[in-house]
Amino acid sequence: MANPKPEELAKIDYQPPKTGWMDTPTVFKPGIFPYACKPKSLETVGFPNPRQWSVKDEDWKLPPNWQEIFIEGLRERVSKYRSFRLFLDICVRCGACADKCHFFIGGGDPKNMPVLRGELLRSVYRKYCTTTGRIMGKIAGARDLTTDVLKEIWYYAFQCTECRRCSLFCPYGIDTAEITILARELLNLLGLNIEWIAGPVANCWLTGNHLGLQPHTIKDAFDMFCDDIETITGIRVTPTFNRKGAEILFVIPSGSMFADPGTFTCMGELLLLHELGLDYTWSTFASEGGDFGFFTTNEMAKRLHAKIYEEAKRLKVKWIMGGECGHMWRVWHQYHNTWYGPVDFLEEPVSPITGTKFENAKSNKTIHICEFTADLIKHGKLNFDKSRNDNLIVTFHDSCNVSRGMGMFEEPRYIIQNVCNNFYEMPPQTIREQTFCCGSGAGLNASENMESRLRGGLPRANAVKYVAKKYGVNMLACICAIDRAALPPLMDYWVPGVRVTGVHEMVANALICKGEKKRTTNLRGEPLPGMEGE
Amino acid sequence: MGIIFSFFAVIALIVIVFIGVQGANLHYLFGVVIPYAAFFIFLLGVIYRVLQWGRIPVPFRIPTTAGQQKSHPWIKTNPIDNPFTATGVFIRMAFEVLLFRSLFRNTKAELRDGPILSYGSTKWLWLGGLAFHYTFLIILTRHLRFFFEPIPGVIKIIESLDGFFQVGAPVLYLTDLIFIAAVTFLFLRRVVIPQVRYISLAQDYFPLFLIFSIGLTGVLMRYFLKTDVVGIKELTMGLVTFKPVVPKDINIIFYIHLFLVSTLFIYFPMSKLMHMAGVFLSPTRNLANNNRAEMHVNPWNYPVKVHTYEEYENDFRDKMKAAGLPVEKE
Repeated sequence: MANPKPEELAKIDYQPPKTGWMDTPTVFKPGIFPYACKPKSLETVGFPNPRQWSVKDEDWKLPPNWQEIFIEGLRERVSKYRSFRLFLDICVRCGACADKCHFFIGGGDPKNMPVLRGELLRSVYRKYCTTTGRIMGKIAGARDLTTDVLKEIWYYAFQCTECRRCSLFCPYGIDTAEITILARELLNLLGLNIEWIAGPVANCWLTGNHLGLQPHTIKDAFDMFCDDIETITGIRVTPTFNRKGAEILFVIPSGSMFADPGTFTCMGELLLLHELGLDYTWSTFASEGGDFGFFTTNEMAKRLHAKIYEEAKRLKVKWIMGGECGHMWRVWHQYHNTWYGPVDFLEEPVSPITGTKFENAKSNKTIHICEFTADLIKHGKLNFDKSRNDNLIVTFHDSCNVSRGMGMFEEPRYIIQNVCNNFYEMPPQTIREQTFCCGSGAGLNASENMESRLRGGLPRANAVKYVAKKYGVNMLACICAIDRAALPPLMDYWVPGVRVTGVHEMVANALICKGEKKRTTNLRGEPLPGMEGE
Repeated sequence: MGIIFSFFAVIALIVIVFIGVQGANLHYLFGVVIPYAAFFIFLLGVIYRVLQWGRIPVPFRIPTTAGQQKSHPWIKTNPIDNPFTATGVFIRMAFEVLLFRSLFRNTKAELRDGPILSYGSTKWLWLGGLAFHYTFLIILTRHLRFFFEPIPGVIKIIESLDGFFQVGAPVLYLTDLIFIAAVTFLFLRRVVIPQVRYISLAQDYFPLFLIFSIGLTGVLMRYFLKTDVVGIKELTMGLVTFKPVVPKDINIIFYIHLFLVSTLFIYFPMSKLMHMAGVFLSPTRNLANNNRAEMHVNPWNYPVKVHTYEEYENDFRDKMKAAGLPVEKE
């Protein structure tokens, strides 16, 4: 299905319909929703109610007692998550969140206002979990859980990327991500997942990574990276896999092992860590830093995540370093210590190169590669030829999860400014804690919902367009694997000519390595500035 | 529908007072019984709700980080919007509760042809909200004069500051003016802004109408209708000393005022107005962003089924060996 032209898509009507939202039926528009999960994906991990179903069908083949399952699930979760209960209880519908959501800004659908997306479930909560809602019904904002209501909740739970931008502006910190996460858990009880999430989850369960890369395939991919690096730099990097006794276990999102431009980030990391002579290992088992389980249920997230620490324990490493990824860092930073800790079998991370103690990670023993690299640069351990990146006019996209679920803003910027000469920020309302989502996070990076992704990505793309016009920006840097997959088509659509890179790709391009040959191309095999003729 | 329902609900409340007090002479019910009941429902209700929330675990530490994290000592952190310590959290919460920090960030997205999106700062909701809550607080504090004899000096100071401009007789309180204006603003934005109108429910209009009516009856009583202040004080002092008396001939407007306030008190614990207490418990605001430095314990954490390395190696052993990858079992 062809997408509308950008001019067409940008005609957005923000006027809500005449009828109240409870009385306005939700129409499932092609291009907005992702496809249903396949039964096999659910069966692989033992998720309930696997079956063949289709979003477009009238009959979703729900289990006969689906209402009971959903309502019981809801009651259980409001008694296990204070966040959830509180956020369902205290919203005053002030509307401050409304125009903060990228899906609402780019689409105008009122049910994509975070407040209203929350009300979809809140109305059911009122009906079945509060006295006033039970007695007063609609006038108290309560409604029955019908199949139409269920479908509506589904439609909008998969139009939220859990980016938490709304929670930044909410006077009570109500976090729609929290509501979406638990709404998806409830839907998952009924087998109502999407294949773009359930498939990677099943893969991750079996092979250790979302893409389903088997151990030998990973090895092959890295052999190719090494060959390319040797061709470009003259240096043979020699990564090790599943090696016991290494000091550090390094884990990246599998997307960076497989698809451009993420692969160049991976190559960049390979070259950097080789140049340092770091005693580290990759793992084909812990071959996924990301966790699509997080987009199904918190339990599944924990089930997939355990392998990171299990592998660190088995390989007897001292600590863990993680690569450039967004939701991976939401999970690693805010969840994995709680799921798995206390992590007493590892040591407090210390950089073997600079001796820096990473005190902020002393409990869960995991550090972000940007924290690691920034420290190297600060201590003068790396030599750069910034001019090799002179063809790039760079801006930086803060990934939602790393921004609002961690707060890492300066480290990547410090690195970028040390490896390239041309760096310009997008407008302040679109970066750092106010950053806009790529529009494809939280497992919505499928192709069948492309219109939704392009709409959701409009605010981000529009800010890039601003700096592209003003400063001639031609490269969008990011530290997230979903970004690296989602932003290139987004740029092609809204801001043609702007490409996407990971930060460590630029690091490696500028990095002067011991014994390297005269470089003529960058890691992508494109000529370096001034080398076009060679 | 919500707006009409709420409007008539408040009208009905006023009619009830007319019938009850004027018609049926139930002065004791409206002057003593209902206020007592309302006060205790409010107190117990709020405590119950807070305890109910408090009993629910906080499984994960999920602060919304709104500034630079603490990592390297040479990187300037934002210890308030992204607190690492309990002190930082305290300050963040103080900013949130006292100054509505998050609402202060508010922007308004605008789409122009191009497309060009822009996000201008907009402080109206913040200002209106702040004005409403603070004047409400001051007015409430001023009302303590009805519950103390002699009247504490601090209340007199507040009164004199509030009437600083010495306009009119009785002196016009600035807060009364701002309060009515702020409630009106909060109502108007709900009606005028299409998106906000679309999301508004009866439970959003009802407290606004109720609070507006409370304000209006208060203003009428103070500035326009002659009410027996001595009699009212007798009644309120009777309430706080648990020796309730109902003086004769207090104007009906007082009973309306009192009944609406009682309704607000009763309504409070079962409504969104509980955001007053809830904001303190919000896990995206009241937790430190130190997850990697200090473990957060989930009280209901339970072991889960995982795919072990052993199972993985069993699945792929031959392929791993063929690729030269080390294995546990040959």
